[in-house]
Amino acid sequence: MARTRQETAEAVGAAEAAGAGEEAQETGAAPLAPGARLWPALGAVYRAQLSRARVARIPLLFVATFQSVGIMVLMRGVVDGGPGEEARAVVAGSSVLVVAFVALNLLAQYFGQLRASGGLDHYATLPVPPAAVVLGTAGAYASFTVPGTAVTAVTGCLLYGLPLDGLWLLAAVVPLAGAALAGLGAALGLLAPRQELATLCGQLGMSAALLLGVLPAGGLPEPVRLLRDLLPSTYGVEALAAVLGPRPYWDRVALDLGVCAAVGAVALAAAAWAYRRAAVR
Amino acid sequence: MDGVEMPEPAAVRVHDLVKTYPARRGRRGAPATPAVRASDGVSLTVRHGEVFGLLGPNGAGKTTLVRQLTGLLRPDSGRVDVLGHDLVRHPRRAARLLAYLGQESTALDELTVALAAETTGRLRGLDAAAARRESGEVLEELGLGAIASRPLKRLSGGQRRLACVAAALVGERPLLVLDEPTAGMDPVARRAVWAAVDRRRAERGATVILVTHNVIEAELVLDRVAVMDRGRAVACGTPAGLKAMVGEDVRLELVWRDRPPLEVPEVAALRPDAAETGRRWTLRLPPEEARAAVAAVTGGPAFAALDDFTLAMPSLEDVYLALGGHTEGLVKV
Repeated sequence: MARTRQETAEAVGAAEAAGAGEEAQETGAAPLAPGARLWPALGAVYRAQLSRARVARIPLLFVATFQSVGIMVLMRGVVDGGPGEEARAVVAGSSVLVVAFVALNLLAQYFGQLRASGGLDHYATLPVPPAAVVLGTAGAYASFTVPGTAVTAVTGCLLYGLPLDGLWLLAAVVPLAGAALAGLGAALGLLAPRQELATLCGQLGMSAALLLGVLPAGGLPEPVRLLRDLLPSTYGVEALAAVLGPRPYWDRVALDLGVCAAVGAVALAAAAWAYRRAAVR
Repeated sequence: MDGVEMPEPAAVRVHDLVKTYPARRGRRGAPATPAVRASDGVSLTVRHGEVFGLLGPNGAGKTTLVRQLTGLLRPDSGRVDVLGHDLVRHPRRAARLLAYLGQESTALDELTVALAAETTGRLRGLDAAAARRESGEVLEELGLGAIASRPLKRLSGGQRRLACVAAALVGERPLLVLDEPTAGMDPVARRAVWAAVDRRRAERGATVILVTHNVIEAELVLDRVAVMDRGRAVACGTPAGLKAMVGEDVRLELVWRDRPPLEVPEVAALRPDAAETGRRWTLRLPPEEARAAVAAVTGGPAFAALDDFTLAMPSLEDVYLALGGHTEGLVKV
């Protein structure tokens, strides 16, 4: 979906450039320099953000990982090992929590701060597609969660005696849940009227992912279960929990991941829209 | 770039620009603010290849004006034409016509100097090899080579500013809009910035719009300057032309040791004309009166009370004060 939007945007951009070129010939206007294209710009933003993450975010990744491992250790006291529903929910929920911490919470804070401090002006005065900035940043934050998520998932499987062979699904869960949560985080950060609200929303989103993610849906009261269904991280948790069990229903797993992908596409499109709105006032 | 040499003499034309920030209701901890007319019918023309300055006190509307020139802010009414393009109708073209250096560096703070410059070049549309090459050249030109691998936030304020200037210069543009580029820099860095700006003007015909507080610097580097006050351009011309407007008055500054010796009649006579800030008196006087005043305070008993004095020819600061004098808190003598 994002691809289609971008193609449209590029077509419009090309048409506008052509129009501007004609106008330039008529009125003696200066030619417009070419804009940055989506993928190279996305790559440049991604690379820059990843390097910045390496410097500034490693301590926070440790916090996120320790938090999740800590939760699993605590829950081990009340949840039996083995491939029961509860054990799988705890391990899958704790793993996806790392993604929520970084992609939702930290990204909401980052964009909230960038917007409040006027840092968006930098990107807004460069000929770069909004989607490149949002996707590049979100992608960098999501990739940054990979080591923490993997460590948490492996630790959890060992702690609860679950098979490790389902963990390959992390390769799909992290990017898809990452897209959904990062898109949500970016949109929250860019739309919140004040920086403090962006931080608050990010924290609340992460708390929701924590509280609703690590408990199996079966034991929850109906309103809470509804709330859980509204949270995009839930579908990542469900998919991962399913493959930690003996015989996963693959249709169900694919459906859950599809929900993640759809929410991710919508959230990232919303974030790109919010970026454009925030950049030009 | 071919587009720089054009028959059209004006690079930027701003006509009757109006921008009002709406009033805000008070919140806890933040008092209500009334609506502010930050651009109040600004009109000005910047010619091709000139270094044009916007000079004025805080809140005069300089930054609001450049944000409208760069497509970041939509004016309520008026026209902005940059290199023949109507930026009110097509604000997104700004990014493909000009390079902008804002006051904030938060978008780049955690990157290294080299990566900040290179990434900005990439986002300005350069391919990877060109971005790397140009960023290397600009870092060399500004003397940033030694700190290229350090993150911006670990640098001093002046060095960080210089790195942001470098980022703004990677990826050539026919118009540079720089909002206080040399804020916090030491003299070496300032000279490097002015040399780099001048080189782009001389060799590539770039036009430069500069926001500045620093009147000394403004006199040195600007071809023409607009003095801004309360959202209007109250005067526009060459620094020398503007200085001629304030007449021949010279500025006399007297600093007293602890209190002015008012028992000396010549000193008492100067007091009504003096702007007092602490122990400092600032006077604007015709040259002969200034000479007499200097003779009086350096010759007689007043000398014992005098700590320091300076006599100076009119500067842009005097223009700034004389023209912006209707703002409360600004001195007009």
